[in-house]
Amino acid sequence: MADIDHQAELTRAGALVEGRMGAVAHFARRYPLGAFGGVLVFIFVFVAVFADVISPHDPLQTNAATSLLAPSPDYVMGADMMGRDVMSRIIHGARISLAVGVASTLLGGIIGVIIGLMSGYLLGWFDLLMQRIIDIMQALPLLVLALVMAASLGPSLENTIIAISIPLVPNIARVVRSSTLSLREMPFVEAARAAGMSELRVAVRHVLPNTLAPLIVLGTAQLGSAILVEASLSFLGLGVPEPHPSWGRMLSESAAEYVRVAPWLVIFPGLAISAAVFGTNLLGDALRDILDPRQRS
Amino acid sequence: MGSYLIKRLLLMLLTLVGMSIIIFLLLRLMPGNIVDIMFDSAGFVDPAEKASIEKELGLDLPIPVQYANWIIGLVQWDLGFSYVSEMPAIDEIGPRIPITAKLAVLALGFSILFGLPLGVISAVKQDTALDYILRVISLSGLSLPSFWLGLLILMGFVSFLGTIPIYTDPPETLWDELLLYSIPAAAVGFRSSALIMRLTRSSMLEVLSQDYIRTARSKGASENAVNYSHALKNAVLPVTTIIGIEAAFLIGGLIITETVFNIPGVAHFLVEAILMRDYPIVQNLAMLIAVVVVVINFAVDMLYATLDPRIKYVD
Repeated sequence: MADIDHQAELTRAGALVEGRMGAVAHFARRYPLGAFGGVLVFIFVFVAVFADVISPHDPLQTNAATSLLAPSPDYVMGADMMGRDVMSRIIHGARISLAVGVASTLLGGIIGVIIGLMSGYLLGWFDLLMQRIIDIMQALPLLVLALVMAASLGPSLENTIIAISIPLVPNIARVVRSSTLSLREMPFVEAARAAGMSELRVAVRHVLPNTLAPLIVLGTAQLGSAILVEASLSFLGLGVPEPHPSWGRMLSESAAEYVRVAPWLVIFPGLAISAAVFGTNLLGDALRDILDPRQRS
Repeated sequence: MGSYLIKRLLLMLLTLVGMSIIIFLLLRLMPGNIVDIMFDSAGFVDPAEKASIEKELGLDLPIPVQYANWIIGLVQWDLGFSYVSEMPAIDEIGPRIPITAKLAVLALGFSILFGLPLGVISAVKQDTALDYILRVISLSGLSLPSFWLGLLILMGFVSFLGTIPIYTDPPETLWDELLLYSIPAAAVGFRSSALIMRLTRSSMLEVLSQDYIRTARSKGASENAVNYSHALKNAVLPVTTIIGIEAAFLIGGLIITETVFNIPGVAHFLVEAILMRDYPIVQNLAMLIAVVVVVINFAVDMLYATLDPRIKYVD
């Protein structure tokens, strides 16, 4: 009979975790990549929230004297063609990127949840109609649909959010619908109904909370793609308009002309986008492992 | 199977009709049509002249009539005229299709060539250092914006070789063509190979946990035989189903990459046409993309049913 190290086994299973800090430490040991993603996301959010405090210069202040200035102690990431500090623009760009990413994921999520819940709950003609509409929307790649929508709505911060959120709806609606379909047959839902609860109350109070786990997993993944789509739209000139500093547009302004003379204009904004999306993806993977054990990879 | 096929074909048609309505309405919602843009740059607006140009372009007709005209033309293979070049849209779009198609095939080849084997290795070596490294690479592939990757490649070429093969004239020899397309294709393919790698890994892991794999092991089959002959065959099958998702994914990447590398394909053309409010081009190109995605998805479903004897489509 082999000896079992009870202490080690319990630690591994997370049974000895005490307090909030203990839970964080356990998460970090168990999912090192997820913890790294969490750190990246934390930095991203921190920078976005405190952009005004931490940015060394005014992101919009043009200055002929510093035009295309190479990275130096005062301008750590250099300056662009109009002499604006690249680092300050990236710091303020985090705010735009986060705002557009979170707002479009939330908006798409809310619409998707309402459609998915109603589809899975009401079934019948409503479900049939919604399924067809979702099929139709998935016939166009996310970026193409967002491009056409962004162009048709016109360039503004709000319209960019709408243009990104609508193509995110089908995925969310699908996931919510399929969990609603299995949940509505569960005994606890039947019990709630037998207790005389109204259908709406059953749907919102009992079915919806149980779809949250897959929803959070999907939402994190969608946040990453929303940030990427915003950057792509702005890169193509159809996203967030001036004067907001957007990572995607910083790349398109600098791209072709300054590749030779000012590589810092290309390197740093791209690095910022990649780090933000990479962080959300890593965190999303770890969340999936925790919240949705059936999908564990 | 026969009536299932008909049902699927009808659904496909319904999807495309729905898509055409959405595209058409979205384009008509756009603030400002081509006429506005033309007059904006001219500085002043003569209402009579503006109305006459709108009439000439058919923009004064009620929207349902405009839509009907488009669909009737589409069925007769008449796509209308580009507002910008005033050439028939079909002559503008047609020559650009092969360029994008070649790029897409190369990119798909690249992504399968790298994604599939690396995904299998990652699964077989699960939770080792190698698996972690490969997973980080694949996740970074999904996180790098493809236009940034393209720009970095451009920058690398310019600073190390001083030059890069840039699309100016149509390439003359097959070799030139391959050289020219392989760099942008790799930029697009890197992202897609990351997707394939992730899916191969999880599909392979699922197969490896099945009972018949344990049976094979307990029979004494070697580790290699189990991994590559028993598991791989069954793991690859679900991966084929994502070729449809891949196609949509690739088209998104191509739009960006063709713009960065200035390649005159359809994806780049779509962006230009959107910026110019060139409706006939945008609506036909968007429809073309929708048709490609829908048909590929349909073909993959049918292929899957023939490859996997466990799947039978019952009416």
